[in-house]
Amino acid sequence: MTNSKTETIIFWFMRSVTYSIVLIIAYIIFRIIYLGIPAVNWEFLTAMPRKSGAEGGILPAIVGTLCLMTGTIVVALPLGMAAAIYLSEYARQGKFTQVIRMAIITLAGVPSIVFGLFGLGLFVIFLNFGSSILSGCLTLACMILPIIIASSEEALRAVPLGIRQASLAMGATKWQTIRTNVLPYSFSGMLTGSILGVGRAAGETAPVLLTVAAFYLPKLPKSVFDQVMCLPYHLYILATQHPDADKIRPMQYGTALVLLTLVLGINLIAIIIRSKIRKKYKW
Amino acid sequence: MVKIKNKSKVVVNNLSFYYGDTQALFDISMDIPQKQVTALIGPSGCGKSTFIRNINRMNDTIDGTRVEGEILLDGNNIYRKGMNIVELRKNIGMVFQKSNPFPKSIFDNVAYGPRIHGEKNKSRLAETVEKSLKGAALWDEVKDRLDQNAMGLSGGQQQRLCIARALAIEPEVLLMDEPASALDPRSTARIEDLIGLLSQDYTIVIVTHNMQQAARVSDFTAFFYEGELIETGPTDEMFTKPKKQKTEDYITGRFG
Repeated sequence: MTNSKTETIIFWFMRSVTYSIVLIIAYIIFRIIYLGIPAVNWEFLTAMPRKSGAEGGILPAIVGTLCLMTGTIVVALPLGMAAAIYLSEYARQGKFTQVIRMAIITLAGVPSIVFGLFGLGLFVIFLNFGSSILSGCLTLACMILPIIIASSEEALRAVPLGIRQASLAMGATKWQTIRTNVLPYSFSGMLTGSILGVGRAAGETAPVLLTVAAFYLPKLPKSVFDQVMCLPYHLYILATQHPDADKIRPMQYGTALVLLTLVLGINLIAIIIRSKIRKKYKW
Repeated sequence: MVKIKNKSKVVVNNLSFYYGDTQALFDISMDIPQKQVTALIGPSGCGKSTFIRNINRMNDTIDGTRVEGEILLDGNNIYRKGMNIVELRKNIGMVFQKSNPFPKSIFDNVAYGPRIHGEKNKSRLAETVEKSLKGAALWDEVKDRLDQNAMGLSGGQQQRLCIARALAIEPEVLLMDEPASALDPRSTARIEDLIGLLSQDYTIVIVTHNMQQAARVSDFTAFFYEGELIETGPTDEMFTKPKKQKTEDYITGRFG
């Protein structure tokens, strides 16, 4: 076989692999939209569920998921930022920081059900927060901390060393330098990473199942100590635990569509923030 | 060693410097005269940049470095225990090889130093900014667009902005680490003229690998080679009748 022929074959092989990824995602999205659209209407989005989810809407699950996302980012962003700032700006680079980074990477690979059990043990039982929004947010925050720390460190590293040196050389302390000349330029990157992490958390079932999610709770939460319904867990129940699973298929696809829209919407917000602030700070 | 007429602003005694186990400077002793320009020359990697970064303790920011000996600023050892590094760096401004303005407005760049040192008064800040930009010969070019982002300036303007930013903290010593090496000849000439003007008020130490530049701008020259100070003296003497063979070889272009 000639070289150019091999080249052509390899080129087409790689191209088809790449395109098939797009095809798969397109098929999933198309199917969910096609089957979900008929179920999604105003009532579906704003009404309480009836007959354990077979009829009515999914409002409590939407509200529950939104509460969890907000709470998770409120808890995880400051903690993740602080850890990233310490690791990349203050800590002496060496064996110890390597161990910490390894631990963070390992944490990112821990299966979500393990985080669920951890949250159940620590927050729900030991700290006695019960099955509640608070427990759920804290658990999800632990789960996405590695993502936030990694993306925050990356954002900090993107700020040129020369800017830090110029600031230090003028007699600024390390913290003054970070506050005035590192954080402003890297915050968008940190926020973007965190939002992507929260998008992942929004779709998780296992951690919320053990720490916050209610099987069927047709009312809205009043405090952080209340249980809530969540979209992914609700979807799981509709699809597997319902006596008449086939009959409520549109409800399943409708819920899936809402969840998908929510997560894609969140990611879109992250992308918009990133491109906006990138334009503002260029070097 | 050549006797210096002016009072010494900085006196270096037996300075050695280590990056981890690697020794970068060997037993350096020299005087830096007040309100004069002292040029540090030598081939790449000879330790001249390391040396200049010891004068404002910028090397402290690198993990695993070690210093022996002392550097006296107005007679006080800057490496003594309890030395206030913020105060030190307020007295010793620095301009880097690669211009590094903050991605903020021109005004905020120059006002940065005074602000972090606690100046809040708007009119005093504006006064400092104008004075510093005039000092760096940039005022006329930017006075109508102080609120614009500094990244929009040309390379030469950015470097003069960095000089203005350093002047705004009213230092006594100005360290310049190859300030013109990334600039075109015209911008370089402007920076060199500026150095001449600034030396009336500031003690200037400039690192350069360009010997013509050292000859043009400096009153005193120190020649570094492989971490050692080979020779130091008035610039015209050093370039016309160097005392050491190494110095002569270097300035006549036989190596380096």
